[in-house]
Amino acid sequence: MDGEIELRVDGRRRRLRVDTRTTLLDALRDGIGANAPKKGCDHGQCGACTVLLDGRRAITCLTFAVAHDGTEVTTAEGLADGERLHPVQEAFLERDALQCGFCTPGQVCSAIGVLDEAAAGHPSVVTEDLTGPVELTDDEIRERMSGNLCRCGAYVAIVDAVRDGAR
Amino acid sequence: MTDLLRTRVLGQSPRRVDGPAKVTGTARYAGDQHVVDPAYAHLVQAEAARGVVTGVDVSAARAVDGVLAVLTPDDAPRLASTEDAELAAFQSHDVAFRGQVVAAVIASTREVAREAAALVRVEIDRQPHDAHLGTDRDDLYAPEKVNTGAETDTSRGDVATALAHSPFTLDQTYTTAWYNNNPMEPHTTTALWLDGDLALYESTQGVHTTREAMAKVFGLDPERVHVIAPHVGGGFGSKGTPHVHTVIAAMAARAVPGTPVKLALTRQQMFSLVGYRTPTIQRVRLGCDAAGRLASLEVDAVSQTSRIKEFAEQTAVPARMMYAAPNRRTTHRLAALDVPVPSWMRAPGECPGMFGPEVAMDELANACGIDPVEFRVRNEPDVEPESGKPFSSRNLVACLREGARRFGWEHRDPTPRARVESGWFVGTGVAASTYPVNRTPGSAATIRCTGPRRYLVRIGAADLGTGTWTSLAQVAADALGVDFADVELRIGDTASPKASVAGGSSGITSWGSTVVAAAEAFREEFGDDPAEGDEAGAEMPGNDAGDTYAMHAFGAQFAEVRVHVDTGEVRVPRLLGVFAVGRVVNPRLARSQLVGGMTMGLSMALHEHSVPDERFGHVVNHDFAEYHIATNSDVPHVEAHWVEEHDPHTNPMGTKGIGEIGIVGTAAAIVNAAHHATGVRVRDLPVTLDHFL
Repeated sequence: MDGEIELRVDGRRRRLRVDTRTTLLDALRDGIGANAPKKGCDHGQCGACTVLLDGRRAITCLTFAVAHDGTEVTTAEGLADGERLHPVQEAFLERDALQCGFCTPGQVCSAIGVLDEAAAGHPSVVTEDLTGPVELTDDEIRERMSGNLCRCGAYVAIVDAVRDGAR
Repeated sequence: MTDLLRTRVLGQSPRRVDGPAKVTGTARYAGDQHVVDPAYAHLVQAEAARGVVTGVDVSAARAVDGVLAVLTPDDAPRLASTEDAELAAFQSHDVAFRGQVVAAVIASTREVAREAAALVRVEIDRQPHDAHLGTDRDDLYAPEKVNTGAETDTSRGDVATALAHSPFTLDQTYTTAWYNNNPMEPHTTTALWLDGDLALYESTQGVHTTREAMAKVFGLDPERVHVIAPHVGGGFGSKGTPHVHTVIAAMAARAVPGTPVKLALTRQQMFSLVGYRTPTIQRVRLGCDAAGRLASLEVDAVSQTSRIKEFAEQTAVPARMMYAAPNRRTTHRLAALDVPVPSWMRAPGECPGMFGPEVAMDELANACGIDPVEFRVRNEPDVEPESGKPFSSRNLVACLREGARRFGWEHRDPTPRARVESGWFVGTGVAASTYPVNRTPGSAATIRCTGPRRYLVRIGAADLGTGTWTSLAQVAADALGVDFADVELRIGDTASPKASVAGGSSGITSWGSTVVAAAEAFREEFGDDPAEGDEAGAEMPGNDAGDTYAMHAFGAQFAEVRVHVDTGEVRVPRLLGVFAVGRVVNPRLARSQLVGGMTMGLSMALHEHSVPDERFGHVVNHDFAEYHIATNSDVPHVEAHWVEEHDPHTNPMGTKGIGEIGIVGTAAAIVNAAHHATGVRVRDLPVTLDHFL
């Protein structure tokens, strides 16, 4: 069974017909050719497919495309303004917070989600004071970035990059 | 001795050339390449560890709207070569391991391919299988050679007598687990046949090695196989040798003429189809005098291989060159089982093989009452112990000393279980790292002047995250005597001259030497002011320094471990490594490689464990929910440093290779620190909390 949906992907309106079983990830990749989100596990276990959905980070392999008619999707590609990188992307480059780069678009989107969540005062499991604003310590960054696996082992540099990106 | 390259760009830290494409997600991996109206293939795997396929019912699968073809052993086309049994897809009805591919469905969409694959009914006449690895087997055998072509067994002196006369002895058995490489990018092939030529967008560590393998399997002239892999989402060895899915993708594309076919393995399928690190059992026997000098050193290593294709992990090889001891012996034995085919995983041999001995060294140092750093220094050999060759450079002692200084080792109270902080036992440990300087022959490169001060350098090398796009361009810039920005590098494509596989940390040694030779040829022919279009090339020159010298990189790793007093939870708040790896091409990228290796070593020590169920012959925890790799919060602090090392023998760059040494020794350092923290000696990885309760 197919369904027709409209997405706004990296600022562009896209109409597409999808199998109701098609994940948002496959719709983005196969249907639209938006290849920044990656399929690392297809089970919501690695975070490589992370994008910003209406501004909040989300893994796209665990949700069906038909459930997202009218959604605004921002991938890592859409974060950059042409050649000009988002400050978080710039920090990833400067800190060399990547090697193979396959998890990187998801890491970058997740990092931006982390910055927004902290700014909005969302606590995490390592937040001590649940009432005040969240200070984005290294422990907080590590905890909040732990849904994004990196097999090359760039975690230490990723924390540096997220910290720099927060400035 | 080679003339070392004059360096200007080497040693600088330009950012990753491919970095902007990677942080924006526009870098194209094998599954990202745009092809017109592709079909999708999905695999069906055997649900028995041994047997014969007696029937494949594809009628329900074929009835699904959108199914284009189904491949089975009953009707798949014959391949030109089945010499590599791992690649002989659908060529026989025999099932040799659970998870072997027994059918493939090609359909117009991913969803249909997957649905139809689930409808394929495979009848297997099951036979008794054997998936038990243990030293209790009576059929362990000595392979002819072990991986890298090393001797299976070696012996010097009289170990039995030396051990019997040693006042301090150790005889322990250590085990490392079954590990799956698990690069983040699942192995993916996009295949297309065009006028009898096969084009493959591939996740591979070697475009040319993939070409040769596919040419052989399909009986093609290698020139008719085109392999493209500009970006590879990690490999760690699992993309170093060709695997069956590539063959199946090509067969699938042939079954739907004119249509490109995409085949991406699922994470689960990767646990049986793309190689893995065999579990190892290592019996280590050491004997030393009261001053801590080893008189005797023995390592007997047992590992598994598959029944259809032999892979012999060279587990005992590092023990042959690491420490001095007049009497020494190493052996390798294999159990051939009904299991998936093991293969390379980051530092095969050295990674598992430095676990047992480096924990044993800690145990014996403790028994003698000698500091484990000092104990290693006392056993430093003058020459490579088994070969008798001098080392081209060996700075293990410098790494140990510098690491101890940076880590604050001098303040350490050696007493185990002596420090408790806020409910956690705290301890520190050390272990050594080593990795050989490998060179793989067979590469070639061309250099072309494409404009004023513009040079195009072409070689079919690979970048799996290793930094080749950047570091090899740095080598080329210095070899040509031009700026980094003047060089355009083209790699990852069989349209470029042939390159060896990215493996054994041999990339910069092999490709770099080749590029330097090509630059020399170019300058010799065209001088410093070439015209546009001038082009020269060269093949990798020989280097006979290996006949004279033993060439290895070394390192020392220090770990702090905390074990919770009540729960046994294990944490590694700090890892510090110091390495002697020759000249460092790009410090920014080198640090990432070394820290990345250590991080994977931490993951191996604490988390990773593919759990085989012998009753069924497969790994049961075959996804990231259950096969745990270290996450961000598991890795608070890892730092890597290096000592200055000038080695004129390894290659013109003076490098030694850094992709693998970072994972060597990490697990031992962590185990040794855990012992210091708790007094409990763990000899079986991973270091889980139950060891401490």
